[in-house]
Amino acid sequence: MSAHRAPARPAPRRHGGSRLRGPLLYLVASLGLLVMAAPFLWMALSAFKTKKDLTASPPVWIPSEWTLSNFDALLDQLDMSRYFLNSLIVAGLVTICNLLFCSMLGYALAKLNFAGRSKVFALVLAALMVPGNLMILPLYVLMNRLGLIDTYAGLVLPFAAGAFGVFLMRQFMQSVPDELLEAARIDGASEWFIFWRIVMPLVKPALATLTIFTFLSSWNNFIWPLIATNDPDKYTLPVALATFANDPNRTVGGGNGMLMAGSLLVVLPVLVVFVALQRHFTQGIATAGMK
Amino acid sequence: MSPTTGPAADGAATVEARRPRPPRAPAARSVPRRPRRHGVGRQNLAGWLFSTPFLVLFGLFMLFPIVATLLMSFTDFGARNVTRPLEAEFVGLDNYVKLFEDDKFLTALSNTAYFVVVGVPLTILLGLLVALLLNNGIDRARTFFRVGFYAPVVTTIVAAAVVWRFVLDPADGLVAGVASALGVTAPDFLGSETWAMPSLIAMAVWRNLGTVMVLFIAGLQAVPAEVREAARLDGASPWQELRRITVPLLRPTMLYATVITTIGYLNVFEEPFVMTQGGPSDSTLTVSLDMYREGFNFFHMGYASAMAYVLFVVIMGITVLQLRLLKDNTR
Repeated sequence: MSAHRAPARPAPRRHGGSRLRGPLLYLVASLGLLVMAAPFLWMALSAFKTKKDLTASPPVWIPSEWTLSNFDALLDQLDMSRYFLNSLIVAGLVTICNLLFCSMLGYALAKLNFAGRSKVFALVLAALMVPGNLMILPLYVLMNRLGLIDTYAGLVLPFAAGAFGVFLMRQFMQSVPDELLEAARIDGASEWFIFWRIVMPLVKPALATLTIFTFLSSWNNFIWPLIATNDPDKYTLPVALATFANDPNRTVGGGNGMLMAGSLLVVLPVLVVFVALQRHFTQGIATAGMK
Repeated sequence: MSPTTGPAADGAATVEARRPRPPRAPAARSVPRRPRRHGVGRQNLAGWLFSTPFLVLFGLFMLFPIVATLLMSFTDFGARNVTRPLEAEFVGLDNYVKLFEDDKFLTALSNTAYFVVVGVPLTILLGLLVALLLNNGIDRARTFFRVGFYAPVVTTIVAAAVVWRFVLDPADGLVAGVASALGVTAPDFLGSETWAMPSLIAMAVWRNLGTVMVLFIAGLQAVPAEVREAARLDGASPWQELRRITVPLLRPTMLYATVITTIGYLNVFEEPFVMTQGGPSDSTLTVSLDMYREGFNFFHMGYASAMAYVLFVVIMGITVLQLRLLKDNTR
């Protein structure tokens, strides 16, 4: 991404309308962006609308009167802080596990010459392609037998070491010079020391990318938490929101305003993290997808 | 299988070639060889120790369930077997036979096909257009545009689906309101058998466009500037340049984007779960949703396992087909 293309070279432009073309492209791109952003804007603004504005026709974009009553009503009916905490704990644990386990295997695949390495790598690549649908039924039975339904362990373990993370870390660790590791080995360093003290500090950008990807995909994960929790106290945010949205008794409390408030609370942390760290996303996708 | 394996496998091969492989044949072992590296044995042990956490988790929570799903699909695994899995009765291919006589499942299959056949080309096409636009036309504020188009990808699907449901609401929704202000009556999108599926597709395109866009931008930046320059000097029109130079060179990216989008769309679950619950009258029931219901609402887990495998075979078949069809035939 860092390779900046030379902007509009002064090369001969034979094809006309170039003076008009620039602004026109900006207009098109801006309109496209507006369409993309419309649902977010609608959500964010509607969360602060009164009932009157919510049902107004034609629709009102800017609330005529800003109110927090949707949030009050939502927090009254749903234990949002509990769900927030659950999501945070699960996503946090999944991320820590992935950072450690994926890096370990990534290091072994990139830098250790062990018998069976290519087979392990083939396994990782195969794991990248298996859809979750193929596992969830027996996984539920297994977790039930292990007594892990409605526990954090049950929510974390199936995602504790993702193939994507291994692949990403392996790709990055290959660029660490072998000479560095050889020198450490000659000095008598253990493999763990080399991994933890030499390689890990060198691949911090990759660790950042992996952190964001793992955290967000865990935060957004829906089907497994939906299956692995029965007790509302263990719901994650998406499960709580979906359950609430599909609850036929919900309208008593005020309907759409509350739902938009809830969606805003779920989405806002994600968007903030994304905008703050967006650089790492494009890097990660480019590395994992293209190379 | 997926294009990710391509470059990765190449990488593995080069690494393999650079290093002395551990000797395999006895002949090789008899050749006196001073190990340049300290302890191949040590690396062997360390390699396996470093692999252990992943392999244990992979075996327990991935490999075992994959095999178990297959075994379950040949049994009448039901609610009572959740606590006593080994008491499920073997029923041979009954579940698979039943599937293809099950109108609901066949509806789900054709709905999923509809979703993929319309949704994937739309996503790829729009993703390509946005990538071309942002890569060639936009110099200032490029990051701003990119972040904007990519933002839906990172948002929680459930929240996005809840918002879209409100946007499309026939009474208080945004689209209906705008339509009525213009003097038209918008259809009840999610309540109509005709419009429900296109609405879900629209949302999926909105959500996944960013992924495709980022892939294409990366692909476009890999197109050598000299090639385009040469085409331009030879008098190629922008359209010719796009059609004859850019798009053919983007072929590997297009293949990758198509494969991952198709796999994602074949597994579509959250959108119908939140927005329509499969309705009206099963018009948005997808295979994943049908499987979820059979498995976790009715606990017909043997039957649902058969569905999971049928879907998996379909996914593998389509992926292989796409790799064949879209592969660069010039080489």
